[in-house]
Amino acid sequence: MDNDKIGQIIDKYQGEASSLIQILLDIQHENHWLPRSALEVVSKKLNLPLSKVQQTATFYKAFSVVPIGRHEIHVCKGTACHVNGAQDLLEEVEEVTGIKPGETDPDAKFSLKTVNCLGRCGLGPVIEIDGKTHARMSPAEISDALKKYE
Amino acid sequence: MPLIKSPEELEKVREEILSRRDPHKLCISVCAGASCLASGAGEVIAAFKAELEKQNINADVDTKGSGCPGFCEQGPVVVIHPEEICYLQVTPDDAGEIISQTIVGKKPVERLLYTDPDTGNKVVKMNDIPFYKNQVRHLIGNNIKIDPKSIDDYLAQGGYAALAKAMHEMSPEQVIEEVKESGLRGRSGSGFPAGRKWEFCRNSEDEHKYVICNCHEGDPGSYADRRLTEGNPHNVLEGIIIGAYAIGAQDAFVFVGDEFPQTVENMRLAIKQAEEYGFLGKDILGSGFDLTVRISIDGGGYVLGESTALMASMEGRIGEPKTKYDHATDRGLWAKPTVLNNLQTWANVPLIINNGAAWFRQTGTDGSTGTRVFSITGKIKNSGMIEVPMGMSLKEVIYDIGGGTVTDKKFKAIQVGGPLGGFVPESQLDVQVDYDQMTDAGLAMGPGLIVADESTCIVDMVKYFLTFLAHESCGKCTPCRDGIRQMLHILNNITAGRGNKGDLELLELISTVQKKAALCALGQGASDPLLSTLKHFREEYEAHIEEKRCPAGVCKALGAVSSGANV
Ligand SMILES: Cc1cc2nc3c(=O)[nH]c(=O)nc-3n(C[C@H](O)[C@H](O)[C@H](O)COP(=O)(O)O)c2cc1C
Repeated sequence: MDNDKIGQIIDKYQGEASSLIQILLDIQHENHWLPRSALEVVSKKLNLPLSKVQQTATFYKAFSVVPIGRHEIHVCKGTACHVNGAQDLLEEVEEVTGIKPGETDPDAKFSLKTVNCLGRCGLGPVIEIDGKTHARMSPAEISDALKKYE
Repeated sequence: MPLIKSPEELEKVREEILSRRDPHKLCISVCAGASCLASGAGEVIAAFKAELEKQNINADVDTKGSGCPGFCEQGPVVVIHPEEICYLQVTPDDAGEIISQTIVGKKPVERLLYTDPDTGNKVVKMNDIPFYKNQVRHLIGNNIKIDPKSIDDYLAQGGYAALAKAMHEMSPEQVIEEVKESGLRGRSGSGFPAGRKWEFCRNSEDEHKYVICNCHEGDPGSYADRRLTEGNPHNVLEGIIIGAYAIGAQDAFVFVGDEFPQTVENMRLAIKQAEEYGFLGKDILGSGFDLTVRISIDGGGYVLGESTALMASMEGRIGEPKTKYDHATDRGLWAKPTVLNNLQTWANVPLIINNGAAWFRQTGTDGSTGTRVFSITGKIKNSGMIEVPMGMSLKEVIYDIGGGTVTDKKFKAIQVGGPLGGFVPESQLDVQVDYDQMTDAGLAMGPGLIVADESTCIVDMVKYFLTFLAHESCGKCTPCRDGIRQMLHILNNITAGRGNKGDLELLELISTVQKKAALCALGQGASDPLLSTLKHFREEYEAHIEEKRCPAGVCKALGAVSSGANV
C-alpha cells in the first residue's frame, strides 16, 4: 500500500489522532492487513508514538499485523455453531490447510481466523470463505470445498 | 427532496408517498437480512424480477428486499402482499412457479408453505404460522413491509410521526416523563430505567451532551440487535433523535462493529436519508433543535460493549474498562454528560411517544413492560429472531414459538444472556422473560437464547464460554485475566479425563473471589455460566470427574467421536 493512499485516508479524518481506530480500519479494509511501514506512516502523520499505534493495531480483533493469504477463511465460533459441531469443522480446516487460527500458510494461499458470531445461527455451523457463506457444512464437505481453491 | 420543516409538511409528504402506492397492489417481499442473503435471497430477488419481466407483468407487481421477519431457519423467506402468503426456503428456481401459480393464478404453491408438524396441515398466511402467531411483534412486525434502504417505506408505515409529536407537542421534560411512566428499562439486559437515566443527563450542568446507541452485540450466538437495526434502521434512529431532544444532546453516535457490514451500511444510509428529509441537522422539523448522528465503528472485541471500554474506544483509545468513579450521565464520552442505551431501548421510544405510556404498559409485567426481541438458536426447531411480550415464560418461548428441540432429542437447558448469563434446566422453565425474575434466577437478559438438548455437554458449553472470555478479557485486572484462565485450566483437565476430587469446590472458590475482585462486569460475570450449571447440572460434572465419562458423548478424551453435531 503506498503512502499517498494512507495519506488520503488520514486526510479524510482531518488528521485527528482520536480517529486512529477508524483510520486503521480503513487501511485494513483496503490492504487486508497492516504492514509495519503503514503503521509508521500513521504514527508520523498523526504525531503519535509508534508504540501507541502498534498497541491499537494488536488490541482490536479487526486488525491483522501479518500478511493475509489469497483466501480468507472465517470459521464461526458462535454458541449456536459450537453446539452444532463447529469444533469438528475447525479441526478439519486446520488439517486441510495446515494452519491454525491467526495464521497464513507459507504459500499465502489461505488465512484462517475464528469469528465470534456471523449472525447466521440458523444455518450453523457456518464457514465464510472470501465472504461467501457455506452453511450447515460437515467436515467432509468443507474439506472438498477447500480443495477447489487455487 | 426539500427539507421538511413542520409536522404539517411531514404529513403532506407522507400523504404524497401513500397516494403513489396502491394498498391492493401485489408485492413480493423477500427477506434481505444477512441470514437469508447467505441462503441465496439476493438470487431469489433477481429471479423474481427477471420472471416478472419475462411474463411482462413487472408493472403490476412490486418486488422488495425487506427487513428480516425473523424465521431465519427457514430462509429465504418470501411474503406476497397484500394477502401475506408466506413461502419458505425459496430458491431462484421457484420464482417461475410462484409467479404463474400465485401472482397470476391466485393459488398458493403448496410445497413451499409451512407445514404444521403436529397436524401436517399447510399454513398459508405468515401470521398463522405458530412461530409468528405466538409472538407480539410491536418492533419487528413491519419488517417484512419495509425495505431498510427506503425511508419512504418507513414513512408509509407512519415513521417519524413520533418525532414530530415529541418536538411540537411535548417539552423535553414531558418526553422524559412519558418514557419514565412507560416503565421502559434498558434492553441490554441491565434493566436500568431509561427515563431516569435520561433525566440524570438532562439535569447535568454541562451544556454539551452526547447520546450513544450501543449496537455492539459482541455475544457469540446472538444476533437480534444487529438484525433489528439492519432491518429497520429508521426506527432506531427516530428513537435516538427523540431521546437526544429530550436529553438536550447535540451529538449522537451509533456504536457498531466492523464485523457487521450490513448493519453499518443500512444505518449509514438511514442517517443520510434522515438528513436529506430534515429529521437530522439544523432546526429539525422547524423545532429549533439541532442534532448530528455519526457512526463509530469499533475494532472488535466483546468487552467493547461495556460502557467505559466503549467510550474509550470511541475516543480512539484502547478499549479497556475503567473503574466507574463517575456516572456517564455526568462524565461520559470526552468527559461530557452522556446517555448510553442499547438499540432496542431506543427502538421502543417512538412506540411510547406515538401510543402513550399507558398503552406501552399494557404489554408485560408490572416491573418489566413492553416486549423483548431475542434471537433463539442452537438445538431448536424454529431458530430465528423473535419478539415476545415481557412476562412470557421460557417454556412458552421454547415450545410455542421455537417449536421445541430440533430432532426429538430431549431438551436439556436454555442458555440466557450469553457468556455472562446462565443456564435454565427443564424444571425451571416457568421463569418469565422479566428483569427481576431473570435476575433472581441468576440470568442476565441479553439478546441471545441458546437451546441445548441431551446431545450437548454442559461442561463443554461452560468450557466454551470460558475459552471465549479468556480470549476476550482485556487483561487489565488480574482476577479476570488469571481467574478465567485458571478456571478454564481446571475445566480442560476435567473434560480430558484428568479431573480430581475437589475441583468443583476450587472452581467455586475462584468464582467467588473473581466476582468480588474483578474490575468490570466481564470479570464479575465470567463465572455465571459455571455457577448456574454447578447448581443445576452438578452430576454431569461429577460423571466427568469420578467416572471419566461424558454423558452427552461430546468430550473426545472421554471416548466421544464427534462434538455433538446432530443436524
Ligand atoms: C462485557 C460487557 C459487554 C457488554 N456488551 C453490550 C452490548 O454488546 N450491547 C449493549 O447494548 N450493552 C452491552 N453491555 C452493557 C453496557 O455496558 C450498557 O450497560 C448498556 O449499553 C446500557 O444500555 P441500556 O441501559 O439501554 O440497557 C455490556 C456490558 C459488559 C460488562
